[in-house]
Amino acid sequence: MVRRLSRREALAAGVGAFAAGWGSAARPARALNDYADEVKKFTGGKTPVEGGVKLELPELAENGNTVPLSVAVDGPTGEGIYVEEILVVAPENPNARVIRFRFSSSSVPEASTRIRLAATQDVMAVAKLSDGTFFSASRPIKVTIGGCGG
Amino acid sequence: MAEQAKPRIRLSKKEVRKGETIDVKTLVSHIMETGLRKDASGKLIPRMIINTFSCELNGKFVFGCDLESAVSANPYFEFKFKPTESGVLKFTWIDDAGARTEATETITVT
Repeated sequence: MVRRLSRREALAAGVGAFAAGWGSAARPARALNDYADEVKKFTGGKTPVEGGVKLELPELAENGNTVPLSVAVDGPTGEGIYVEEILVVAPENPNARVIRFRFSSSSVPEASTRIRLAATQDVMAVAKLSDGTFFSASRPIKVTIGGCGG
Repeated sequence: MAEQAKPRIRLSKKEVRKGETIDVKTLVSHIMETGLRKDASGKLIPRMIINTFSCELNGKFVFGCDLESAVSANPYFEFKFKPTESGVLKFTWIDDAGARTEATETITVT
């Protein structure tokens, strides 16, 4: 017990020193933008249920300028309930919001487009159903050359 | 605003039976300037993007989206819907300068 604790501490100290050494290069700890706020605004403060949304992106994008993206809601939607909107956010882009799809009762809840990604990150999609529930999914993508200019 | 090229629209079918799905692909040419890039003298190039797209059937909303600068140049969309009536599909793109690009397609539902 004592030994295990000390080993964990030693490891944590090592990681800390490593992160400090790399400074701002230590990536995952921070997000560049306010994507969490954007999601909150979209859901009205509700926490979306994970799952039910299929988010498709390539695993690796050599060019962040044009990355194919597909979203679909495949989770259970009850009788008469349809998908109203899907918001896509990118935590490591200069601006969090990427696109907001709006559907109608005659829509099939899926859409595709091409987006720009500035860096390697976890892209997130949040779906809003007509009964006020929210589903979400996120997907990691590696970006070789960022595509947001600047 | 430069003269816009004609948008390209492809429907999987133009005649469907009720309950069948039409797959729509659209492509419009637009620079989608992010507002984050700088020109040679270091000045920011102002944002100029298409910010809204919508598709209506006989004036009734079918599908649309709000675009941000993270949508690639020459925005492409693919979406699906089940039309309930015959009529005219109207596609509209609006950019930051208020310039509208419009296109129509006629579909038949039997």
